[in-house]
Amino acid sequence: MNEKTDPNAARKAWLSLLARCSAADLDALWTDAALDPDHTVLRTPEVGSVMVRGRAGAVGSAFNLGEMTVTRTSVRLASGEDGHGYVQGRDKVKATRAALIDALMQTAEADAIRAAVLTPLQAGMEQTRATRSAKATATKVDFFTMVRGED
Amino acid sequence: MYVAVKGGERAIDAAHAWLAEERRGDASVAELSVPQIREQLKLAVNRVMAEGSLYDPDLAALAIKQSRGDLIEAIFLIRAYRTTLPRFGGSVPIDTGAMTCDRRVSATFKDAPGGQMLGPTFDYTHRLLDFKLAAEGEVPAAAEVEAGTAQTPHIMSFLDREGLIQPETDSDTTPPDLTRTPLELPATRDLRLQALARGDEGFILGMAYSTQRGYARNHAFVAELRIGTVAVEMDIPELGFAIEIGEIDVTECETVNQFQGSKTQPPQFTRGYGLVFGMSERKAISMALVDRALRWKELGEDNLGAPAQDEEFVLYHADNIQATGFLEHIKLPHYVDFQSELELIRKLRREAEANNAAPSESAGASGGNLSGKMKEGAAE
Repeated sequence: MNEKTDPNAARKAWLSLLARCSAADLDALWTDAALDPDHTVLRTPEVGSVMVRGRAGAVGSAFNLGEMTVTRTSVRLASGEDGHGYVQGRDKVKATRAALIDALMQTAEADAIRAAVLTPLQAGMEQTRATRSAKATATKVDFFTMVRGED
Repeated sequence: MYVAVKGGERAIDAAHAWLAEERRGDASVAELSVPQIREQLKLAVNRVMAEGSLYDPDLAALAIKQSRGDLIEAIFLIRAYRTTLPRFGGSVPIDTGAMTCDRRVSATFKDAPGGQMLGPTFDYTHRLLDFKLAAEGEVPAAAEVEAGTAQTPHIMSFLDREGLIQPETDSDTTPPDLTRTPLELPATRDLRLQALARGDEGFILGMAYSTQRGYARNHAFVAELRIGTVAVEMDIPELGFAIEIGEIDVTECETVNQFQGSKTQPPQFTRGYGLVFGMSERKAISMALVDRALRWKELGEDNLGAPAQDEEFVLYHADNIQATGFLEHIKLPHYVDFQSELELIRKLRREAEANNAAPSESAGASGGNLSGKMKEGAAE
């Protein structure tokens, strides 16, 4: 899926980022940006589970692997935009902030929110991932074959 | 027969208060925090998440603290908590081919595209106790080498392309869920995989080991074992499209096993599959071997009568919470049950003695005292 063919790609990307990011990182950026938009709560934050599925043989039929915790909430800004937050774990504050950012991203403030919150959040997560990948790469095996002395 | 017993409340309160004190241990030793357990006993946390069947590292760490490190008790706590959660839905099946791998090894192909990475493994350690860990100290930083852009496709896909391995059929129907409807036999493979994924690691390991020792031998090679992070996507009704709702660490094992073939079909390798929450390769490899052994019927093999081929035996005994619940209940009061057994055995003995035609004056005297005690303890 890419941005050209999928009209929802941009929103999907920010919602996915907000779902996966650490609550502490989001909290720090939220506080720095001094965000406090006027809103009403459409659905109070609720902790639940999602059944995670895998595929038999990695590519075959789906099966139920086990559940994970997820918190969701929905908000409406005073200006009318609805925002939805679905985040991993049981943090209701994080879910509310995710929903508010989703709503704000549909307003004229989108560019400012992206610069203040989403871009640094993404950069931080990419850095963490790159460091982990670099450690994994350092454990890559270089096989070499010994010359067999048979003749 | 079960009868309610009253009168133990004070004893139970005192026992629980003492449990809390014993859990804390020597108060002069610093208390263990939940984040410490989450970060430093990660493999225990992973096991509790896998067999508790709920991915939430903080909750699993809390359960380990509460259970004083008894992992089956911790799994019990997680299972109980899980039942209180509303289910928002099911995820899109995770794409393990897109995993960011910490570890990826193959026992079948040395030059796997994307390379083999050992990751943070115990393999090749000398299994000598490291007394440095008993002292506090800084850990030297792990080496880093910039990762290239190489993809890490499933190694099995290369065999798949050549038609050398039995293909998997992909269906997008919603799989049955044994947490919603009781497990019935014969079970389909999706249900078996769910039961194995949440089954007891020790039990699955024992079953897998039995297949290696010759009970339903199916000679497995680990085509690929990978551990890493995958995103979890779910369709969100209010949005009308799928988003990632989180990411989880999983261990996946694909085995390639000996052939199957027929008059119309040339020989093909067959496969076993293991997928487990967290870093848990012993469990993932075991699961793949047991999955393969249980597939004897669909692969047209003989039933050798091996325990690992018997799905009733495997699936009905793999769950450590069901097992521990039934096993440990026998320590709870069974006074009335036992009273009836006592009366029966006395009757049988009386009859046997009467048949021996040598009446004894002292018969029953030693048992009388015990009977009195049991009646005192008996439930109302």
